[in-house]
Amino acid sequence: MSRALDTVAAWVLGALWIAPLVYALWAAVHPEAYAARFDLAAPLTFENFARAWAQAPFPRYILNTFVLVTAILAAQLVLCTLAAYGFARFAFPGRDTLFMLVLVQLMIVPEVLIVENYATMARLGLVDTILGIGLPYMASAFGIFLLRQTFKSIPKELDDAARIEGCGALGLLARVYVPLARPTLVAYALVSISHHWNNFLWPLIVTNSPEVRPITVGLAIFGAPESGVSWPLVSAATLISVTPLLLAFLIFQRQFVQSFLHAGIK
Amino acid sequence: MRIRDWATGYLLILPAAAVLAAFTHLPIVRTVRDSLFSRGSAIRPARFVGLDNFEALAADPVFWKVLGNNLAFALGTVPASIALALAMALLVDRKLKGQGVLRLAYFLPTMLPMIAAANLWLFFYTPDIGLLDQILGRFGLPGRNWLGDPATVLPCLMTMTVWKEAGFFMIFYLAALQTQPPELKEAARLEGAGRWVYFRRVLFPMLMPTTMFVLINAVLNAFKLVDHLFVLTKGGPNNASNLLLYYIFEHAFAFNDLPAAAALTAVLLALLAGLAVTQFALLDRRVHYR
Repeated sequence: MSRALDTVAAWVLGALWIAPLVYALWAAVHPEAYAARFDLAAPLTFENFARAWAQAPFPRYILNTFVLVTAILAAQLVLCTLAAYGFARFAFPGRDTLFMLVLVQLMIVPEVLIVENYATMARLGLVDTILGIGLPYMASAFGIFLLRQTFKSIPKELDDAARIEGCGALGLLARVYVPLARPTLVAYALVSISHHWNNFLWPLIVTNSPEVRPITVGLAIFGAPESGVSWPLVSAATLISVTPLLLAFLIFQRQFVQSFLHAGIK
Repeated sequence: MRIRDWATGYLLILPAAAVLAAFTHLPIVRTVRDSLFSRGSAIRPARFVGLDNFEALAADPVFWKVLGNNLAFALGTVPASIALALAMALLVDRKLKGQGVLRLAYFLPTMLPMIAAANLWLFFYTPDIGLLDQILGRFGLPGRNWLGDPATVLPCLMTMTVWKEAGFFMIFYLAALQTQPPELKEAARLEGAGRWVYFRRVLFPMLMPTTMFVLINAVLNAFKLVDHLFVLTKGGPNNASNLLLYYIFEHAFAFNDLPAAAALTAVLLALLAGLAVTQFALLDRRVHYR
């Protein structure tokens, strides 16, 4: 009896949770007259997608986001791997203090420092550039922490064996540590991609032209109530914006969820 | 050899340390400095004013309102998200038809940008033609301006936030549930413990480390995520839904009042530092369960 009740509860909750997305899909594929009228005989149309696509440079926004996410990830992988390796395997004065300073960024995330970081970007002449959006995130305390844990778990005997064969510090990193840390690197990459694909506040502040705007900022401008776009168009634009990441997630669902877990449980 | 180890270590951390220093540590120091100076202009440079900016904040009723909103927002979203996440995990942990589909349905909002989520929910809350008013209309109830009414605007934002983040926290509970030894449940059953007693006395304490982790993340989110305000309310009506980070944004980029923005940021930094200390204290306790 209670099992049946649980099942009903699970499905009701599931229906409730997916409803907003289903509803957006409904609005996007029907003419505006049916936006709030649920009639199964309503005619289907893809015109909302076509019009949204034509009214704002969505392909450009998506390309910008793609470049941004790739640049951030590439820099993060290099910087975090190097730093994590340094913290995990080399003894130098002040190491623990420096590591504690790195961890500060876990709590004081770049979003909180928008005012000062904007001033810095203005001084560097990086306002309204993709580099300007990405730079504050390129060294990630979270990535360093995660990789340091992984590197520390790699047996030191592997080091010695490679060292005897004449491997330098960087050769060791490339041939022993990075290959063994692959699962962690993949997990971190997926978390980073989903985070930065969806990031909004800082990109909004530091960009002001369509040539550099990422998709989240483009969508917010397109859907702003002041711009007076109709509901089906906003729905279509929203679906266009979320499709790339959602598609990647649906295909690699297990890997994504495993990554979030891996990254969260540490 | 040791000196070479030192040099290699420093060189390896140097690039990341430089970026972190430039965009985390230096800005923190600058924020504190700027919060102690007056607004400068071309003819009058900024001068040291001590705690004047903070006194001005303390005298600003909107600041207290925004701070109160943020605390209410945290109190309204954090426990609800955690409870729902746990409920979801318990519901889909056992074998049932469509388990995969249900997990997906719970988790999907997590993968959307907050901006997209806000776009979807905007139409629910629109007066008269919005979904919420239409459903109420079916039952002959009057509609209302959900986002335009100070009494309902914050709960509306909280509901959306809970919808957005519960599924994310669910996966941590699911992972934790999978590590629970099945003998425990068996033993509790043999002792005649009901479902609720088992949950309260055995399962929930066992899940405490997960709850702590989720709790810290949820609280952090309540203070750093304000994207939805840009679409749904712009902090209105009359600051009824304004949150600290959005208020900082307004001061810096709309009112052009940088000293106030610095002082507000310093307050937020202090709150986050407090959260970090709490996390440390909680992590120490977590050891007991290992």
